[in-house]
Amino acid sequence: MSAFKPSRRTILFGTVLAVGGGALMIGRMWPDTQKTEAALAEFGPFLRIGSDGTVTVIAKFSELGQGAQSGMAALVADELDADWSKVKVETAPADPTRFARPSFKLQITGGSASISDSWLELRRTGAAARAVLVQAAAAEWGVPVGEVSVRDGVIAHAASNRSAGFGDFITAAARLVPPAEPVLKQPADFRLIGTECATRLDAAAKSTGKAIFTQDVQLPGQLVAMVAHSPRFGGKVARFDDAAAKAVPGVVHVVAVSSGVAVVARDTYAARQGRDALVVEWDDTAAEMRSSDAIQAEYQEMAAGGREAPFAPFVTHGDAAALLGKGDKIISMDLALPFLAHATMEPMNCVAQVDGTRCRLSFGTQNHTVDQRNIAKLLGGTPEEVEIITLPAGGSFGRRSVATSDYQREAVEIARAVGGFTPVKLVWTREDDMAAGYYRPLTHHHARVALDKDGYPAAWEHRLVTASILTSTPFAAAVQEGVEKHGVEGTIDSPYLKATPAVDAKVYHPPSRIPVLWLRSVGATHTAMAMEHMVDQLARKAGIDPADYRRELYRRAGADSHLAVLELALEKSGWGTDLEPGWARGLAVHHCFGSTVANVAEVSLVDGEPRVRRVTVAVDCGIAVSPDQVRAQMEGGLMYGLSYSLFGEVKIVDGVVETTNFDTYRVLRMNEAPAVAVHILPSDKPPTGVGEPGTPVIGPAVANALLALTGKPVTALPLVRA
Amino acid sequence: MAVLHINGRDVTLAAAADTPLLWVIRDHLNLTGTKYGCGMAQCGACTVLADGTPIRACVTPLDSVEGMKITTIEGLGGDHPLQQAWQRHNVPQCGYCQSGQIMAAVALLTETPKPSDEQITDAMSGNICRCGTYNRIRAAIKDAAGLGEGGPA
Repeated sequence: MSAFKPSRRTILFGTVLAVGGGALMIGRMWPDTQKTEAALAEFGPFLRIGSDGTVTVIAKFSELGQGAQSGMAALVADELDADWSKVKVETAPADPTRFARPSFKLQITGGSASISDSWLELRRTGAAARAVLVQAAAAEWGVPVGEVSVRDGVIAHAASNRSAGFGDFITAAARLVPPAEPVLKQPADFRLIGTECATRLDAAAKSTGKAIFTQDVQLPGQLVAMVAHSPRFGGKVARFDDAAAKAVPGVVHVVAVSSGVAVVARDTYAARQGRDALVVEWDDTAAEMRSSDAIQAEYQEMAAGGREAPFAPFVTHGDAAALLGKGDKIISMDLALPFLAHATMEPMNCVAQVDGTRCRLSFGTQNHTVDQRNIAKLLGGTPEEVEIITLPAGGSFGRRSVATSDYQREAVEIARAVGGFTPVKLVWTREDDMAAGYYRPLTHHHARVALDKDGYPAAWEHRLVTASILTSTPFAAAVQEGVEKHGVEGTIDSPYLKATPAVDAKVYHPPSRIPVLWLRSVGATHTAMAMEHMVDQLARKAGIDPADYRRELYRRAGADSHLAVLELALEKSGWGTDLEPGWARGLAVHHCFGSTVANVAEVSLVDGEPRVRRVTVAVDCGIAVSPDQVRAQMEGGLMYGLSYSLFGEVKIVDGVVETTNFDTYRVLRMNEAPAVAVHILPSDKPPTGVGEPGTPVIGPAVANALLALTGKPVTALPLVRA
Repeated sequence: MAVLHINGRDVTLAAAADTPLLWVIRDHLNLTGTKYGCGMAQCGACTVLADGTPIRACVTPLDSVEGMKITTIEGLGGDHPLQQAWQRHNVPQCGYCQSGQIMAAVALLTETPKPSDEQITDAMSGNICRCGTYNRIRAAIKDAAGLGEGGPA
């Protein structure tokens, strides 16, 4: 390989060297544009080290609140033996050639996979960089490589009493060939992974108001846009009168876009006033006119067999029909689940700059590659012409990963009309956000189960009606033979169905004019509720304690992880001990995104509403890279799941969304938040997801406590109906 | 022209008298720590202090705070005991609501330096956090108040 002289004012490219399956680019150097004039060396796509010793980890997964970027930084820093106080994290630009996930060939954040996907990739990055730093130091000092140690960012040779920082050797190290298979630490040698040392790197910026979200972007000459949308899904603009809008001081453009009419102004308040002054007449010819209640009733009828629908099988074994035809111990269940809104704290928004086919987007995306493709298609250019500056998202929960790039397209259409690469910040109000769709699909579960003589399921019939998330997107191919994974996950892989000799489980995905989307834990948002609440109803019918009932079914299904978290949760929650009158415990266990979570909730009814005072959580998520962040995600996921289980319902009347702000779309507040104790199962397995698995378990745990309290099963969500 | 007393200084503004304080703070003064969340005083993301009292800037017209001392998250300076406690407890997740949460907590501790759990709940239940950081917010408030680090019982 060719060596080179680093120069402070030129960009030099080193050699690309193959490391493992990927490519590690070593030796690309350029002058630091910061005031310090410190030189920087790049050690592959995920790591830069400055001559001042600053370690910058490039995160290919977006920061949506889940804290993954700090965990990713810890993976690099641990193998590098870096000083954590000198570690920073930076979000990668949109570039699938460097930052795609191999399994999807897309740069995408989701599936609770940021840490599990990074586990080897980022540790190898850290270990390879450590190896060349050590080699460079050994060469400089004239000592054997094996005698050089690294600890907390200090490279040292004890025998000669020499030491240096990373910064002293980055230039020499960047010229070296990194090891093809860098040696990774054994878990016993981890200094950050699995400890409380690696704290959140964004905590300071987010505690001082300094973190810049999309909402906060203020570029020179920037305009602000708001859009009048059709009140109904599928409605179109018939005609509009913009005279009053244009008369609002500060309004500079009114632009028709495919999703409605945009008002572009010099500031947010002017844009809002301008939009309010628009007079728009809507054409509802192709619009969805039904109410959510009517859709729910249709789904229920289909699930119960009262209305013909082309169901597709997803689990079939044994002869369930025969057993369900004759048994006397048959339990049937209906469960109606509403549309849910992600209701992120930061409503959707996007800053767009467009000049011809060239485009720059600044916003918090979860789905870089798909956004690049969609916007390129819209502008008639190439994905490479679509630059994305990724900002932290003020919550996402799946909403900022949309196959259609809905709000991004809107921003780009407006910026294209304005032209000249002028920055246009599209801002949605809370009402715009809540009425825009992309909801967790409204869903109905209907099940009938025959018990054997011992009270365990002999036959299980399941009918699930839920709209497909991916049909009518570029990923429609993922819907195979009428079954979409996202609709059936949590049921198709249920240990309860595995433990049942005869199963006939079918799904139907009705077409939906109301856009639907994944919401934190996706299919599990309804399947965990259905399966876990059904199992408690079966246990009750059989006269068996719900914990014992699950133990037996997990044993039969070989569900070891379920068993392990069940036992841990039972032990820590005091399951089986007495509570005061009026209180009951509810149990639920669910596995998704590679992790298994058990909840035991203590619940009472206060003024007719469920009151949850304490929840014990047990989680099996492999090695907990950042235990405090695992706890934070279990706590936060639980609160999110409790919020929608108690209160969440997007109500649509005659096609118009009625629940458009927090006065009508109730969410969990501090006075309703239970105490939460999280217990992490010790593990030596690679890490699995934590952002989503904590969410779907609390709902059924509460429903099961209510069943214990009242003897009545829950048949519809939310548990508190407004 | 209006004069606003904010974070210890006086600024003269060309904004109309009915402009919500939130948009004055964010768009005119570029103090973007204060957030828009709902626009109808439901979520608390826009909480600022007016003479020490927490108010919802999204529904507060500019002319209604004439002569009052407004404090935003930027006005705390960055090292306020609550801001330090927020970091010790790794409170923020997405972080979008946290400026409002901290301002509500500042008002609470100014009024009630050693709040009970119930007083914390009462003071903080107007602020929504969709990431569900409520228990860490409680713990950080107690820590900053010198009440130990415990969460709710």
